[in-house]
Amino acid sequence: MLRAVVTLVFVVIFNFFLFRMLPGDPIGLYTRGRNQDAEQLLELRRALNKPLLEQFLTYMRNPFDQAIDSTRFSRPVWEMIGERVWPTILLLGTAILVASIIGIWIGIRAGWKPGSRFDRMSTGVTLMLYSMPEFWLGMMLLIVFSVGAFGIPGFFPVGGMSTPGVDTSTPIGWLNVLWHLVLPCSTLILIYLADYALVMRASLIDERKQEYLTLARAKGLRDAVVRKRHAVPNALLPTITLIFLSLGFVVTGAITVETVFSWPGLGLLTYEALRGPDIPLLQAIFLMFSIAVIVANLIAELLYVVFDPRVRS
Amino acid sequence: MSVASQRRRMAFARFSAGFRHDRAGMTGVAILAVFVATAILAPILIPESALDVTKATGGRLESPSWSNPLGTDESGRSMLLLLAWGTRISLTVGLAATIISVVIGTLFGIMAGHFRGLGGHALVGVTDWFLVIPFLPLAIVLATVLGPSTMNLIIVIGITSWAGTARLIRAQTLSIEGRPYLERSRALGAGNWHQMSRHVLPNVFPLVLANTTLTVAIVILSETTLSFLGLGDPLAPSWGALLDRAFSSGAVSSGAWWYVLPPGICVVLVVLAFTLIGRATERIVDPGRAS
Repeated sequence: MLRAVVTLVFVVIFNFFLFRMLPGDPIGLYTRGRNQDAEQLLELRRALNKPLLEQFLTYMRNPFDQAIDSTRFSRPVWEMIGERVWPTILLLGTAILVASIIGIWIGIRAGWKPGSRFDRMSTGVTLMLYSMPEFWLGMMLLIVFSVGAFGIPGFFPVGGMSTPGVDTSTPIGWLNVLWHLVLPCSTLILIYLADYALVMRASLIDERKQEYLTLARAKGLRDAVVRKRHAVPNALLPTITLIFLSLGFVVTGAITVETVFSWPGLGLLTYEALRGPDIPLLQAIFLMFSIAVIVANLIAELLYVVFDPRVRS
Repeated sequence: MSVASQRRRMAFARFSAGFRHDRAGMTGVAILAVFVATAILAPILIPESALDVTKATGGRLESPSWSNPLGTDESGRSMLLLLAWGTRISLTVGLAATIISVVIGTLFGIMAGHFRGLGGHALVGVTDWFLVIPFLPLAIVLATVLGPSTMNLIIVIGITSWAGTARLIRAQTLSIEGRPYLERSRALGAGNWHQMSRHVLPNVFPLVLANTTLTVAIVILSETTLSFLGLGDPLAPSWGALLDRAFSSGAVSSGAWWYVLPPGICVVLVVLAFTLIGRATERIVDPGRAS
């Protein structure tokens, strides 16, 4: 808990100083590639000319201040982030849930009989998926299933979260969102499940060497019972904690895949901020993602304490 | 010294003999050889004018034909030639960033394992911080601050991807620190530098080697992702930059699969090759850990 807070404090400090370490003109960095009227420039200069310590203390006191405005959209950055959180949670939540179920299932089948035909095939496929840039997979799915290529008619929408004009609060609207969710979500599922399957497989193979499994077999238990009741529950623990620990990796996928499918979440917002570049917005997004990952790490640690009695003592 | 070098040569011979029997590892080496040859031969076989937009011969987004086997990009340049040049850039960035990452990681790992007390704790703290912070957001803010260029891309990837190596090397260093020969050298008055460079480093080296090949795989994926987001040199046609241009020129919505498919396949093959080599190396140098 303490460590999480210290990590977070360092994120905030880093976030503040990184953009002020540079030699050169800070106003140029803030306004790169944009026209600003004289009044805005004056305001920006006034803010940046305050003593560094004063700026730092103001930022440290409340990095979530509503007064921090985006330089590109001229709106409070945290308000923009607030709007974009839910689409990202919907996309990532669905993808992680489905990917962990399929990935763990593949990992169990492959890891229980290492070297079998299923294992060799699934390890080949998962390694291939693991080597793929997720946005590339997304672009290929778009070309094949949305634009239509190689004789497959395009069926899915090219991007966005719903068709313009459709009310998303009605059941029809939900179906519309679901229809838009299919391609970006499948892209992420394929990429994530590769990671989860490889971890589950390795974890189960480790577990197979344990003596208690020999005992379970010696008792005359059927193979399926040994697997389900003895090996899998123990192998699941490291896998599930790793799912939480891999949120940093999940975030990478979200940024690029949301960009490809114009999914209006935090990832697309990152891309928009990057094109500016919109420094205050980038800082806020960096802080937001870091908090999410630090919290996920904390949950992973707590899970271990709850489910593994050896750690508790 | 001659005894030590002889022993090292024997260890290497044993390693390469083991590696030759590893089918997956040798497949990786074969794939990689093709790409390395392409990267080296690209400037000899292909004139640089092939990359010049003003001298492009083809039309906009032409599909594959006899004159352009992989079609053309939005300004009419041959995709095949762009791809060959891209190999050179992607591999160079990948290797350079890996060197930075592995050097920092090994240095931090050995020092964090060797020094006890405040210094060691500080090093572990820094490593943990870099492990926790999500890679892409961190790389994005760093690259934004430094500005888009190939050199900056290498630096950004190098300093965001060393933490995993450092943790691995630290764990190995800690187990070596407890061995009697280090106690002996300490008793004979060896300094920190001597202990770390003469006793710890040679012992963690096989692990560094296995880890390096796995790091290259991750680094090349990172390069592709960052270039796709427009954080690399906009003029250098690395695979990621090609995908960026395919995306922003509307190749996806016009169904120009020949613009998107090949760069991605190159990335997958190279990353897969390094992963296969890395896993094979791990199986040989550290049979206990590998799966």
